[in-house]
Amino acid sequence: MKKNALACIAGLAGVALAAVAQAGTVRDDGLKPYEVVGDIAIPKPLTDKPGDPANGRKLVANRKKGNCLACHKIEQMKDFLFHGEIGPELTDIASNMPASEMRLRLVNPKIVNPDTIMPAFYRVDGLYRVMKKFQGKPILTAQEIEDVIAFLVTLKAPK
Amino acid sequence: MSRKGKNMTTGGGKLAAVAAGFLLAAGFVAGLSTPASACEECKGKYEVEGRKSGYLFSNPETRAIQDDDFANGGMLWVEKGAELWNKVDGKAGKSCASCHGDAEESMKGVYTVYPKYVQELGKLENLEQRINRCREANMGAKAWKWESDDLLAMTTYIGYLSRGMPMNVKIDGPAAPFFEKGKEEYFKRRGQLDMACKHCHYDHAGQYIRADLISEGRGGGAFPAYRLKWQKIGSLHRRFKGCNKQIRAQPYKAGSDEYVNLELFVKWRSRGLPVEVPAVRR
Repeated sequence: MKKNALACIAGLAGVALAAVAQAGTVRDDGLKPYEVVGDIAIPKPLTDKPGDPANGRKLVANRKKGNCLACHKIEQMKDFLFHGEIGPELTDIASNMPASEMRLRLVNPKIVNPDTIMPAFYRVDGLYRVMKKFQGKPILTAQEIEDVIAFLVTLKAPK
Repeated sequence: MSRKGKNMTTGGGKLAAVAAGFLLAAGFVAGLSTPASACEECKGKYEVEGRKSGYLFSNPETRAIQDDDFANGGMLWVEKGAELWNKVDGKAGKSCASCHGDAEESMKGVYTVYPKYVQELGKLENLEQRINRCREANMGAKAWKWESDDLLAMTTYIGYLSRGMPMNVKIDGPAAPFFEKGKEEYFKRRGQLDMACKHCHYDHAGQYIRADLISEGRGGGAFPAYRLKWQKIGSLHRRFKGCNKQIRAQPYKAGSDEYVNLELFVKWRSRGLPVEVPAVRR
């Protein structure tokens, strides 16, 4: 019963996400709730434990985790070959975007751009035909999201 | 070295090796600074009304393999298909040739119009399914399994007999609703990564995703294709499954209605492009 009620709330949240999200708390099924502010930011970290930038860097490179380099160029990560060109370069992202906006774009970028190719890294609700072994699991955990952000906020192009 | 440079030099046909070598050398000297112009000659063949074959998104090394029948591993399946054509199988004591005669005449152009609507089935049928229906109904033979060497060989052989001919599937009349379903599949987000076919192949074709150049997804004239990754020939439906798994989506079965409908949409997107079977892809 409780699970049904939760799923129902998560379903409603999914609808809100798919359309233009309103500011408010999002409760995705089984995930930590988070507060979206102004359709552009999640100011509060998803976890109490501060992000670990070293682990964040590993997650950015890992093809089975963040796999950010598949689509984004990051000059500071030239130790990995072949950076993609699908999304904007992230070499100077810390100069251009606060952590709160990075958090929303990682958690669910479709709130900002409904047609984007970019996956929502912290979402399990409202997805279609997910392979069994990935069902009910977000691509990154809440802590991993915070780790990636901790790394991204260090990315500034040398002036 | 720039990856762009690698993909823009090529030669066509018999001149491939010499031309590619020359252009590559020229490319190195020029610092690989003149991309698209090097490929004008192959454009005419592999680009129709702005629609580009996956050939144009392949490395020159991969193209060179496709351009040379002696190097193209897919040709082994063409040969095997030609043998099977004449082999008697099943209770009726017939081979394909018993009814269809010389394949080089009877099968020319056949590949270009599949999948097509079949009234008695009330749905689309693709080439693999047509072959198997013929085996069961007319030869009294067992259907070949999907992705079996025999089915791949026969499909590849029949595809090869239309090589160079323009893809030409029908999407009107009774095929229309199935075309629409295939189109829906193409635009439907799926999987943990929540992507539709269109996100890569419409929105970001021609851009690099890590080390791979994304094609326009117009593989309609290419499959069965010899994929270097597979080290063998494989069907379009196997390719669909691979794409689905990459975005962590539950694939459909090869030969499912969903994939056959999607196949019609993809082959329509490839209309006018030449049959390349057996194409070579990375």
